[in-house]
Amino acid sequence: MIPLNHYLIVSAMLFAIGTTGVLLRRNLITILLSIEIMLNAVNLTFIAFGRQLGSVDGQIIVFFVMTVAAAEAAVGLAIVIGLFRHRESLNPDAFAALKW
Amino acid sequence: MLALIPLFPLLGFLVNASFGRRLPKMISGGVASAVMVASFVVSAVTVWGLAGLPAEERAIEQTVYTWIASGDFVLDLALRVDPLSAVMILVITGIGSLIHIYSTAYMHDEVDSEYARYFSYLNLFAAFMLVLVLGANFLVLFVGWEGVGLCSYLLIGFWFKKPSAIDAGKKAFVVNRIGDYAFILGMLVLFARFGTLDFQQLAAMVGAVPPEVGVFGVLSIASLLLFIGATGKSAQIPLYVWLPDAMEGPTPVSALIHAATMVTAGVYMIGRNAVLFSHAPGTLMIVAVVGALTALMAATIGLVQNDMKRVLAYSTVSQLGLMFLAMGVGAFGAGIFHLYTHAFFKALLFLGSGAVIHALHGEQDIRNMGGLKKDLPITYWTFLIGALAIAGVPLLSGFFSKDELLFEAFREGHTVLWLMGAVASLMTAAYMFRLVFLTFHGERRHDAPAPAHQLEDESAAQAHHDSLGDSHGGGAHPHDAPPAMAFALIVLALGSVLAGYVGVPHALGGHNQLAAWLAPSFAVPGAVAEGLHVVAESEVALEFTLMGVSTAIALGGIAIAVLIWLRRPEIAASMARRYPGLHRLLLNKYYVDEAYDAAVVQPIRMGSEQALWRGFDIRVIDGAVNGAGAIVAGSASVLRRLQTGLVRTYAGSMLIGVVVILGYYLWR
Repeated sequence: MIPLNHYLIVSAMLFAIGTTGVLLRRNLITILLSIEIMLNAVNLTFIAFGRQLGSVDGQIIVFFVMTVAAAEAAVGLAIVIGLFRHRESLNPDAFAALKW
Repeated sequence: MLALIPLFPLLGFLVNASFGRRLPKMISGGVASAVMVASFVVSAVTVWGLAGLPAEERAIEQTVYTWIASGDFVLDLALRVDPLSAVMILVITGIGSLIHIYSTAYMHDEVDSEYARYFSYLNLFAAFMLVLVLGANFLVLFVGWEGVGLCSYLLIGFWFKKPSAIDAGKKAFVVNRIGDYAFILGMLVLFARFGTLDFQQLAAMVGAVPPEVGVFGVLSIASLLLFIGATGKSAQIPLYVWLPDAMEGPTPVSALIHAATMVTAGVYMIGRNAVLFSHAPGTLMIVAVVGALTALMAATIGLVQNDMKRVLAYSTVSQLGLMFLAMGVGAFGAGIFHLYTHAFFKALLFLGSGAVIHALHGEQDIRNMGGLKKDLPITYWTFLIGALAIAGVPLLSGFFSKDELLFEAFREGHTVLWLMGAVASLMTAAYMFRLVFLTFHGERRHDAPAPAHQLEDESAAQAHHDSLGDSHGGGAHPHDAPPAMAFALIVLALGSVLAGYVGVPHALGGHNQLAAWLAPSFAVPGAVAEGLHVVAESEVALEFTLMGVSTAIALGGIAIAVLIWLRRPEIAASMARRYPGLHRLLLNKYYVDEAYDAAVVQPIRMGSEQALWRGFDIRVIDGAVNGAGAIVAGSASVLRRLQTGLVRTYAGSMLIGVVVILGYYLWR
């Protein structure tokens, strides 16, 4: 059986990759994908802990997260399409109108 | 039962204040007069009951409810009628009723709502004055004391569209407030020393300590502060300046303020605390000197004034000075006696002057009058009786009271004060008859104003002082007082003749019932009233002599007036020409208003403007407010750089934040 630590390390790596993507990539769709990666990293942690502790709570929460992620992806993509129609660009730095 | 006396006028006030606007004049004026008459009837019944009791037990007390109960300190809203307040309630309700009845005719040209407003104030005034004289402790008295101050402000400024009336109202209010401040301090001193504000308990406690002869202790300070309060209410030096200006109000209001209410409050208050004041001889001396000075000064001003009501106003100040003189020499009974007779003839004179002003459509300057005797017979004869009474002609009420007052002053050894009072009386007789002669005798100097500039529009009519419209006059012939006014004048004229007969001195074979009646009020409760001055045989001669002097003074004053203003009017003009400085000084009332303006008003105004407004308000207050704004704006101009609008920056700072918080919890 694979020990818990391995799952957690994988999860942490995935989370770090996702975070780096959010911060560094310059394409809104890629950023959305990176967010999905972060969410899935968290899901992995929940599952791992759930299994370790012999409880189904972790899996339940993961279902919630997946639902929310689906909704978020739908809304996020809609916004991205709206933004693209507005500016002909997917670079997040192009949308800096809400500054001082 | 006692509570009904002030409650009746209060009810009238409530009715007129709530529904008066929609009521016709007949009802609003009728209600106001009816409640006063009802109050008078209740007062008369009460006093009748009081008179049935033996002399030592003449006090009826009623506790309406406990007003303040805080620990050991309990203060009841208690009313008490004793011989002194009995006299006062009869004067207030009796003369007050007549003034109300007179007003129903005098104010008839006001619109309905103004008419009701007038009567509601008038009723409220009477109610507060009744509370003042019925209060069994200082705080209840003070409620009335402040209440009459408020009502005087409302009534003096009744024609509030006229700036001078507003100013006069404010002046009365502010000047009274200065006196009231001292009055409050006086109450506090008494409370701190004796722990009670009830008049009877206070008198008993004060009676137990020795009089402060030669020292100026707590009693003297307290009584002096109370007296300063009285100078404000009763128009004495230095706070008398509001009373002549109070003439801006409707004339019946002047009658009410000067005769039945308000100005008598100070004299009454000293009478009420006679025990306290007689234990502070230092204060009493001050009272007497201030009274005498006021009497003399106001009389000299009265000699040259040309406004009919102002002459009467200064005569009130002067007569009040005489009352304070009597109080100051310890002749409390004589002071109250003069207050009581003065109420009759001063109300009569004011209402008479109101009838003249009414007939002449608001003319008040006696230089524009003259020869009104034929046209206004009732007014003339009643006014003449009033003038004779105030001058102190024998057998009229003013003679008895003024004579007793001056006799007491002389007997107590205050010859100088007596002389001042006598000179003031001489001048009183002179200027009152100057007023009579210039108004009613001689040739008409008055041209009836053409109806064209009467009542151009409503506001102009209200703005015009005492403008009474032309509905009464109609042509050059002034009409005499309408029935309601004539009724009040005649009743008051009878009173002015007869009121003195309750105090006929022993020397003339009377018994001076009033002094005997009042004596228990001025003594320590429970103690045997020793204040009954039994005039010794040797003093009878002195009293007769002084009576002769008084008579000579009264007749002499009238003779001077006959000579100067009736027979040879050129004398007055030539005297004014010979002493222009003196004449101008008197005409301008010793420049006291100007002096107060320079000494008090301007410094306060300058201080407020330069130090408080420009210095403190603009620099400190505004500086603090604007400084707070500037700090926020300054720091914001730096910090807003953080708001880049770049999503990834925000995400990065969120990440840093999360790491920091997690790190803190993991490694603390």
